[in-house]
Amino acid sequence: MESRRTRWALGAWVALVILFLWIPLALIMVYAFNKSNVQSWPITGFTTHWFGVAWRSGEVRDAIWLSVRAGLLATGVALVLGSAAAFAIARFRFFGRESVSFLLVLPIALPGIITGMALNSFFTFNHINLSLWTIVIGHATFCVVIVYNNVLARLRRTQASLIEASMDLGADGWQTFRFVTWPVLSTALVAGGLLAFALSFDEVVVTYFTAGAQNTLPLLILGYIRLGQQLPVVNAVAFVIILFTVIPVALAQRLMRDTGVLRRTAAVTTV
Amino acid sequence: MALQLQGETRALNSTATQPAVRLSGVRRHYGDVRAVDGVDLEIAPGEFFTMLGPSGSGKTTTLRLIAGFEQPDEGRIELDGKDLTRVPPYLRDVNTVFQDYALFPHMTVAENVEYGLRVKGVPRRVRRSKVEEALKMVRLPGLGSRRPVQLSGGQRQRVALARALVNSPAVLLLDEPLGALDLKLRQEMQIELKRIQREMSDVGMTFIYVTHDQEEALTMSDRLAVFNDGRIEQVGTPAEVYEHPATEFVAGFVGVSNVLERDGRRFTVRPEKIRVNDENGPGERGRIRDVVYVGMVTRYIVELDSGGELVVVRQNLETSSQEALEARGKRVRLEWRPEHTYEIKEGNES
Repeated sequence: MESRRTRWALGAWVALVILFLWIPLALIMVYAFNKSNVQSWPITGFTTHWFGVAWRSGEVRDAIWLSVRAGLLATGVALVLGSAAAFAIARFRFFGRESVSFLLVLPIALPGIITGMALNSFFTFNHINLSLWTIVIGHATFCVVIVYNNVLARLRRTQASLIEASMDLGADGWQTFRFVTWPVLSTALVAGGLLAFALSFDEVVVTYFTAGAQNTLPLLILGYIRLGQQLPVVNAVAFVIILFTVIPVALAQRLMRDTGVLRRTAAVTTV
Repeated sequence: MALQLQGETRALNSTATQPAVRLSGVRRHYGDVRAVDGVDLEIAPGEFFTMLGPSGSGKTTTLRLIAGFEQPDEGRIELDGKDLTRVPPYLRDVNTVFQDYALFPHMTVAENVEYGLRVKGVPRRVRRSKVEEALKMVRLPGLGSRRPVQLSGGQRQRVALARALVNSPAVLLLDEPLGALDLKLRQEMQIELKRIQREMSDVGMTFIYVTHDQEEALTMSDRLAVFNDGRIEQVGTPAEVYEHPATEFVAGFVGVSNVLERDGRRFTVRPEKIRVNDENGPGERGRIRDVVYVGMVTRYIVELDSGGELVVVRQNLETSSQEALEARGKRVRLEWRPEHTYEIKEGNES
């Protein structure tokens, strides 16, 4: 039995860890309202001025719009390729299955700088101009893995006999997809998609090598910080981004939680 | 007959001699593995037919061939006289109770049960009353709004059964449906299943049951087929199969293998048919090699002087466990009536 003291100590420890994770974020969020454009403590006055500046800045808007487009497209590509690959790996046995699985997952373990360099020299070699599409290809390398892993995990935890049961009860292929396969997989797809988008949205390294002259939001912020310019604007943008990130991540977590779709009991045996 | 009482009786449409299911020369190989290796079977309408055998003997594959999940490499599968060999599962008048139940996790119990009716376009009102009826039949009324995860193993089993029964198929296939339940629940469900089957056989529904549990097969079936290595070793009523095992494999798999060889003849005697006399009595001489006390009965393993070993089972009418266990090493004579011995053929011929 844990004593009252260990419980208290554990609670304090958890609080410390959470503070450690959130204090820097909270600080930035507070600085977003800083009246002065010099970051110093204590803050002398509060303003929402910088939000207006950020909103009116063409550079910031273009960067956000590019990031959103790249994220959506990369996520779309990932959803199609990732779930198709997961189906193949989970449902069929074929020569080289393990190697295909390994090759699919590898890009996420590979340092981004390697992926970025490789892609960049590939594009240059083939005389492909860097554009939105090269960013999308770069991001898709790791987004595919996210969707693939999510869908594969769901498929592995779902009984293969569900499809047979549906057919057995008189449903043809389309009805089976509509009433069984899709509802069982949809939450995994949405969660995988949200995660993939979030990863793409803040990607720096691969983007740096595949973006060319245009700036995605992370590249723009990086540039501002490196030049020491516009720091209050960066803070204001960061504030908004944090808010918009918390929402999809919280959603993804809810969806990944056991919604009854996954088998909770292990009482099932197969012969 | 009760057959005529029901309007939807399909037995009326067919002649009385038409089997509900007929397999002829069915083979299914996976590479070198002969999962089903030439099976011929005729199953009568309304029958409780069991396919018994160890794992890998081809019984489940045969069931899946009837359901349509697998295609035979050779042979023909008929339902009610119609060739279904190449018909997809969703067009067969057959429903399956899966070993892992295969309940749809994102649907409630009621939605699971009505699924078959829903995809066939049965109106909601009819569906609702049929679902209620089916849940009542499996003794789960009022659980319709639960999700499968909220049910116990036994309850899920019943839902799986209701989901198949509600479609009133011509043939109900059950793939080791009680395999995942504990002993007590399994025995309860055996009785329950048998009750449901009796009601359903009145409307001509045929039950095909797969199990590796010989006791289950003997207690529940009208007839059973013993599978071994992709082939059928014997088909018969439980009493026929138990008392007249056709091959050594059947003798061993259904009950205890008590096979002796005398004068070039091989025959089997069931353990409960053997009388143990003392040393001076009549019968074959032997020595009790081992004693296993199992509560209601005691098993004696007797080494015979003229070769071979027999298992003898005696009820513990007056013997105590102590007395029974002390019999180890004693010399005895075994006696049985000649009509209780059955000559058996060598291994695998059919």
